[in-house]
Amino acid sequence: MFKAFLIKYAEIGLKGNNRYIFENALRDRVQEALNGLGEYMVSKEQGRIFVECPDGYDYEETVAALKKVFGISSLCPVAVIESSEWESLTQGVGDYVEMMYPDRNFTFKVEAKRADKNYPYTSPEICIEMGAYLLHRFPELQVDVHEPSVRVTVEVRTKCYVYSIIIPGLGGMPVGCNGKAMLLLSGGIDSPVAGYMLSKRGVSLAATYFHAPPYTSDRAKQKVVDLATIVSKYTGPMKLFVVNFTDIQLYIYDQCPHEELTIIMRRYMMKIAEKLAEQENCLGLITGESLGQVASQTMQGLAATNEVCNMPVYRPLIAFDKKDIVEIAKEINTFETSIQPFEDCCTIFVAKHPVTKPSIKVIKRSEEKLEEKINEMIETALNTVEIVNVK
Amino acid sequence: MDRCGILDNIGALCALKDLRKDGTGMEIYLDNSATTKVTEGVRDKLVQALYEDYGNPSSMHRLGVKAEQYMKEAASIIATSLKVEPKEIIFTSGGTEANNLALVGTALANRRRGNHIITTRIEHPSVHQPLVHLEEMGFEISFAPVDNSGRLIKEKLFELIKEDTLMVSIMYVNNEIGAVQEITELAKELKNRKKDLILHVDAVQAFGKYRIYPKREGIDLLSFSGHKIHGPKGIGALYVNEKIKINPVVFGGGHQKGLRSGTENVPGIAGLGQAVAELYLDFDAKIERMYRLKQKFLREISQLEDTTINGIPAGCAPDYSMEQLKKTAPHVMSVSFRGVRSEVFLHSLEDKGIYVSSGSACSSHHPTPSVTLTAIGLAKELMDSTLRFSMSSMTTEEEIDYTIEQIKELLPVLRKYTRKK
Repeated sequence: MFKAFLIKYAEIGLKGNNRYIFENALRDRVQEALNGLGEYMVSKEQGRIFVECPDGYDYEETVAALKKVFGISSLCPVAVIESSEWESLTQGVGDYVEMMYPDRNFTFKVEAKRADKNYPYTSPEICIEMGAYLLHRFPELQVDVHEPSVRVTVEVRTKCYVYSIIIPGLGGMPVGCNGKAMLLLSGGIDSPVAGYMLSKRGVSLAATYFHAPPYTSDRAKQKVVDLATIVSKYTGPMKLFVVNFTDIQLYIYDQCPHEELTIIMRRYMMKIAEKLAEQENCLGLITGESLGQVASQTMQGLAATNEVCNMPVYRPLIAFDKKDIVEIAKEINTFETSIQPFEDCCTIFVAKHPVTKPSIKVIKRSEEKLEEKINEMIETALNTVEIVNVK
Repeated sequence: MDRCGILDNIGALCALKDLRKDGTGMEIYLDNSATTKVTEGVRDKLVQALYEDYGNPSSMHRLGVKAEQYMKEAASIIATSLKVEPKEIIFTSGGTEANNLALVGTALANRRRGNHIITTRIEHPSVHQPLVHLEEMGFEISFAPVDNSGRLIKEKLFELIKEDTLMVSIMYVNNEIGAVQEITELAKELKNRKKDLILHVDAVQAFGKYRIYPKREGIDLLSFSGHKIHGPKGIGALYVNEKIKINPVVFGGGHQKGLRSGTENVPGIAGLGQAVAELYLDFDAKIERMYRLKQKFLREISQLEDTTINGIPAGCAPDYSMEQLKKTAPHVMSVSFRGVRSEVFLHSLEDKGIYVSSGSACSSHHPTPSVTLTAIGLAKELMDSTLRFSMSSMTTEEEIDYTIEQIKELLPVLRKYTRKK
């Protein structure tokens, strides 16, 4: 019955002169989301995006795809009435109400928009006449112009469009309108959620994963690829950089105090991720860190890892409780994958009592013992990085 | 790029790096208890049955007849090798289904005769879980313990026999440590004690390593699988002595005399038949060679510091005489390397082109401790440090030499980098 969708956006409607950038981005993201499903026509008009569906399209599948596009505040499935001639319009709207609402014991209001200014009725006239027609055809209906339970919207163009259902979208902003950032993706619960949240603000993503064979297995790596794939259903395709971190990790193990291993390791991870981020023209790093969650995520720990970066580090989960992060992870479907039991490189050599209040001065002194080889090792890690194109 | 050059001053790191480089391009497959590679003969048979003679054996026309011939031929090869009748062979989707059919099918068909089933503490989940299911349905299940080498403690087993004991299910060769039960002797003594006991033997790991003649040995039900003997995956079979009453567990169109409905897996069955036919060519020499390789491997590895060989009878070490070794399976070696996580060791060997498994591959998805290793009383800290090396008749001496060499080189490096306590 529905031949089209009308897509509304909230926040991007507020932007000033560069509003078209946001609108174009949303149009493109909607088109991309639907590309695999068939030949949909996506166009931009008057503060909305209009999607015309191909014959025989799958309604549920289409709605599900649109519900994963950031920037959509709501979407309305639209019935199309081929002729705008008054008789067929009233007939069509009546049939729509009859089909959509088998139980007609509700209040309603008709709203009208008219693109065709030569149309014999003005918008208020359409509302009144259409309301009268519906009341006549379905005597059980009642009008309530202030708080109707159903708003039937009728738009008159060359064809006529009628809709009354509003499906909430994800909100946020279309990916690509807010620059690009590098996500440090582990196999855990947090980092995919962090990526999702930044992306929801219009940021497109690249990701870095630190692999430590033979201490971490190919299955652990596959798990990260799977997570990136799930996240990319929202964020669009991303490049996943797989850095072989074993040598650096073992070198730190050999040279530095064991309880500082994790912090020092994380500092080098940030450094490497930032280098990759620069290569990829990213404007920031994203981590899934949450204050106090583990030993390395105390304020002192974060200060120590933050200190090595020049780029801003976005930590969208910083003040989240674990259970709230888990909730989002379940919503975006990464949770089940995240909890697969494969060891990641942060945990393999973790000390029984790692430092929780590292002093940057002390850490730096420990790192002096790495001076001989570390730059060369970072260089090697960057040169041997494996790139996985995730979509 | 010479990645090793950077690290030339750090001996241990360099060693690890060097070892990680798989310069040889070798593939040394020592995970044959998980699955095996098919032989060329099996491959050709499969292709033929899949692509040329693809008929449904139930069809009336000649394509159907042709397909049926494949099955008859395979059943006949298998029956001959076991010295049983072809009609006593039921094809299943594999070892798991054969075990399910054997246990659930027999228990339900003979419920009036007895309600008690005895098994061991080291069974594969495909035996253990059907028994748990039967327990929920009201059967009583008893578990016989094993000694430190994984062999049943006979008196304890016999003590469990009761008036209403219906069935005993014993695994021939344990999949995790290669422990072997003296099935012939056990069968005789069990039946001496209770004449009408039904004996099921899970022979998935034993089939093709021993000459098994169930009728002579008093085995009533025998499960085996195709992919452990260089046959295809997705096919297995159950020998059911014609005197045993058994119910189906899969219902449908009444194939295989109603005992296993579903269009027969003709390529799988033909492949299994081919694999069995090839199994017994030069059989004794193949088994002898595996024992020799096992002996060499265990002699060398047991010399290494802090290693434990699992599943061997007391008194077998340190010389691993053939006489003692032959009380274990020819193809499975289970070794615990103290202080090295098995997963890390496994991946280090993988990088050298050597494929092994940690504990039992079938259960490596579960973080729960291995049932068998627990039953033989392995120290807790060794559970997660245990690797299984399993050979096939295709394994060569060079491969075993190379593996021994790699283990010797890797072990000290891996022990250096561990989670500190």
